[in-house]
Amino acid sequence: MEIKEIQEEIIDEFSMFDDWMQRYEYMIDLGKSLPLINEEFKTDDNIIKGCQSKVWVHAELEDNKLVFTADSDAIITKGIIAILIRAFSNQKPQDILDADTQFIDEIGLKEHLSPTRANGLVSMIKQLKLYAVAYQTQIED
Amino acid sequence: MLDIKKIREDFPILKRQVNGKPLVYLDNAATSQTPQQVLDAIVDYYQNYNANIHRGVHTLSQEATDKYEQARIKIQKHFNAANSYEIIFTSGTTHSINLVANGFASLIKKGDEVLVSAMEHHSNIVPWQMLCERTGAVLKVIPMNQEGELLMDVYEELLNYKTKLVFCNHISNALGTINPIEEIIEKAHKVGAAVLIDGAQAAPHLIADVQALDVDFYTCSAHKICGPTGEGMLYGKEEWLNKLPPYQGGGEMIAEVTFEKTTYADLPHKFEAGTPNICGGIAFGAALDYMNAIGFDEIAKYEHELLEYATEELLKIDGLKIYGTAKNKTSVISFNIEGIHPYDIGSILDKLGIAVRTGHHCAQPIMDFYKIPGTVRASFAFYNTKEEVDVLVAGVLKAKSMLL
Repeated sequence: MEIKEIQEEIIDEFSMFDDWMQRYEYMIDLGKSLPLINEEFKTDDNIIKGCQSKVWVHAELEDNKLVFTADSDAIITKGIIAILIRAFSNQKPQDILDADTQFIDEIGLKEHLSPTRANGLVSMIKQLKLYAVAYQTQIED
Repeated sequence: MLDIKKIREDFPILKRQVNGKPLVYLDNAATSQTPQQVLDAIVDYYQNYNANIHRGVHTLSQEATDKYEQARIKIQKHFNAANSYEIIFTSGTTHSINLVANGFASLIKKGDEVLVSAMEHHSNIVPWQMLCERTGAVLKVIPMNQEGELLMDVYEELLNYKTKLVFCNHISNALGTINPIEEIIEKAHKVGAAVLIDGAQAAPHLIADVQALDVDFYTCSAHKICGPTGEGMLYGKEEWLNKLPPYQGGGEMIAEVTFEKTTYADLPHKFEAGTPNICGGIAFGAALDYMNAIGFDEIAKYEHELLEYATEELLKIDGLKIYGTAKNKTSVISFNIEGIHPYDIGSILDKLGIAVRTGHHCAQPIMDFYKIPGTVRASFAFYNTKEEVDVLVAGVLKAKSMLL
């Protein structure tokens, strides 16, 4: 599935929720249920420091597609990471570069992507794109 | 007895809704809210006598200068400084500390020692580290115990003839501990060290008498005491302020002016280069008027009641741990719930209209001490109510049930 389609699917899912509490409960469930990253990749090199919660990201190229794994020490952050990974992982680097994150606004989680939120998510998205740039160059070579 | 209902009427922002819920503002240690009386002073300045000060012969300039200097005198009286020129207007506590740290670069030398407490805000650590890097002086730390109280016997052992400066906050922003500054100052003076007390967290709760304390430098920010942001004050003993070189540009010009006039009359201006935050200074004065009209004794008494009630109610929550349990503390409660990241609790409380601070509170060494990533911090002001404490407790319970 293309990134855009996955994002539409996520928006559809979130439209079923009536209020913030249901959205948060869903995210918390996502955060709890997903083993996101192999422990060996939770290194200082892979850490993205927000002011408050830590985020780890690891990337690998498989069949010219970029596979992301990530984790956080805060559960709500982890839930949003799960959503981001669903949208961006297993995609071609160029497609990741071209994609936007508008869907986060549409599912009512905009505040978590505010640069002032200091939860490492903004830096995480930047990092996903940086990995995409790096691997795109590798593919072109 | 304070009439809290009436007091709350003074604060327009407290009528606000956040995320569809009535605002419960419990982030007062970060910044306090502004009463109508202070807002009126700000508007009055811009509407009626906005002008640059200390230089114009025209009426507006004269009026603005008078009001600004009256504010300085209000601050002087509030902190019982001997002279109004010992009060320097700054942009806030951080600016004040940098001013002093920078000035001391020329007064201390390699091998000298400076002491800083283990529970400082980054703004009272980094400037001194920079000073030590520049001069070769050594930074030493006064440790604290698990309750968040300074180990005064270790402090005494650390003090020696090489100690030139001691820095400590009056009240810890992360833990609420009221530090024994009388003792800290007295002991430092015995070895000839100067003392700077960061009063940012103390000013909203109590009045520091700088002469009775015999403190060398005392500083606070207006925005934590119902005043505007970007404004604060530094008290310095005259002899120290005369010893310190000017901090910011225009230094040469200031030296010239000092040459023409007496040193005493010139003192505050030596550290006030450029057009100051005139409106901010005047509003700072208005904020002190407001707080003093309510009365600090009454404020302290009421906030203590809130602290005791909130502590008792929060501790009923299973798995909740409070950091900072000093016997002598102010209305700040830093806490965590076992197994939950403070960021998650803060996010859910925000959805419920409750404003708290989460994170390391710019005091990472304290978080390292307790080996935690941060805390949730609820800090109460005199306009908060027991009902709001109840909303907080219900919110924390809600967050806990969602997150665990």
